[in-house]
Amino acid sequence: MTQAVLYPILGLELAYWQETTIRVLLGLVALLLLTGGAVYLYLFKFVSFMQSRLGPMEAGPYGSMQLLAEVGKWLQKEDIFTEDSDKFIFGIAPAVVLASTFLMFVVIPAGPNAVVADLGTGIYFVLAMSSLSVIGILMAGWASANKYALMGALRAGGQLIAYELPLILAVVGVVISAGSLNLQDIVAAQSDGAIFGWTGIGNPYILTQIVGFTIFLIAVQAELTQTPFDMPIAESELVAGYQVEYTGIRFLVYFIAEFATAVAFAAVASTLFLGGWQLPGAWGISDGAMNAIGPIMISTKAVLLVGVVFWVRFSLPRFREDQLQKLAWKVLIPLALANIVVTGVMKVVF
Amino acid sequence: MNSAALIIAEVVPLVTPETTFDVPANVVFAVQAVVMIFAALRVVTTKNVVHAALWLVVVLGGVGLNYILLQAEFVAVTQFLVYLGAVIVLFLFGVMLTRAPLGVSDDLDNNQKKIGIGVGVALLAVLSYALIESFGRSELTFAAYEGVAGPNTNGRTQAVSDAIFGQYLIPFEMLSLLLLAALIGAIVLARRD
Repeated sequence: MTQAVLYPILGLELAYWQETTIRVLLGLVALLLLTGGAVYLYLFKFVSFMQSRLGPMEAGPYGSMQLLAEVGKWLQKEDIFTEDSDKFIFGIAPAVVLASTFLMFVVIPAGPNAVVADLGTGIYFVLAMSSLSVIGILMAGWASANKYALMGALRAGGQLIAYELPLILAVVGVVISAGSLNLQDIVAAQSDGAIFGWTGIGNPYILTQIVGFTIFLIAVQAELTQTPFDMPIAESELVAGYQVEYTGIRFLVYFIAEFATAVAFAAVASTLFLGGWQLPGAWGISDGAMNAIGPIMISTKAVLLVGVVFWVRFSLPRFREDQLQKLAWKVLIPLALANIVVTGVMKVVF
Repeated sequence: MNSAALIIAEVVPLVTPETTFDVPANVVFAVQAVVMIFAALRVVTTKNVVHAALWLVVVLGGVGLNYILLQAEFVAVTQFLVYLGAVIVLFLFGVMLTRAPLGVSDDLDNNQKKIGIGVGVALLAVLSYALIESFGRSELTFAAYEGVAGPNTNGRTQAVSDAIFGQYLIPFEMLSLLLLAALIGAIVLARRD
């Protein structure tokens, strides 16, 4: 990491800690902007139009400042702890979930040099960090001193563990095809690839790994606990599951974590299957230009994929708990394993 | 010696280079070691079973940090995924599914406490002796992989996979067989018919 982000643009020579600070801050800004944009676009407007209503219109033009108003409202609310709750664990549980979300963004590349840390373990790191949020959810459910919260946390635990397996197994097909765990290498493998010798659009893995892509998106829907997999917070059965005792800023943290995780998984899916930030290598666009185009490419793809998640969320009814487990263990995992075998054979044959 | 330790020994060769004293790494190790020892003591002394599991999160996360300090990135991420993301979650899940009272429980100790302390101290003595005997004053080289790594850390991950699927293929397959046997055993025990 000798070449700084700003070096090619401003000619600044930065120390390692300065460069790292800039990378982390830019990463945080990108994360919050994309999350806020996705919430406004989909949760406020997209769903309103699906239900033949306008959605928020008062705050700012077309209600675009609504989210700031909502955040202001949450920040003013009283921070309530229930009498019997384990105060410390209850208090830090949202932070654990949010930290797990933020860590996922560390390795997602948005350009040749626009990545917080280009780790060799790349996608493996993302999946490991995303699995840590379960600890925060279990902490929240237990510390709330509420039967509904505990039930919700247990459901979340079972669901997130069950769907972590198809999520990881779906990624293995891409890793075999690209021959690397590093996300930059996976992006490069797609942009430099060829479809039967034709390099016009590279070789995005959605073409060869369509099964993996589908399994990945279904598993992401469950990992995000969005409908039809929202049993942990099912309002008609568990009031609000593990979030039931949370108000104010701590509830806001869960809200941000939920949508930021959606953006993170969508960005990962675009990187793995849709070519990531890179345009096809045959187009011959320089690295300098891609540093500007790349973030736009990956953001657009990620926001569109978040749209798919929300489209499914607002279209389908909730599954039953046993159907959820059956889908993961009896359908998705065998299918993902078969996908790995076929991909491995194809990799050796071709 | 378990497989993770073997891989570490493989990936981070203990040679004697010229400049190895890495101040930040040593400071981080000192802080993390103190935190881990404190958390490990709290695991066995705390009066709440869920708190014990959560203190164990700190201990196992510290082990992962230790692997990062040894530049074994892949092993560290595996530690986070397997121990924090799965083992601890199953601990918490199991404890909460059966009995997890809030507040203080007085019946967490049993009469094997003294034997446990004895075994723990004996294990500490044996391991300390073995480590000091075999490594003595040799120092870790923190710069060993700079040349291989380039801008990212792919080199280290490749070194791990080469070790697992080359030199240590048979132990690796034996471990997977062991896990399979445990899996089948669990199913046999759980089935009533």
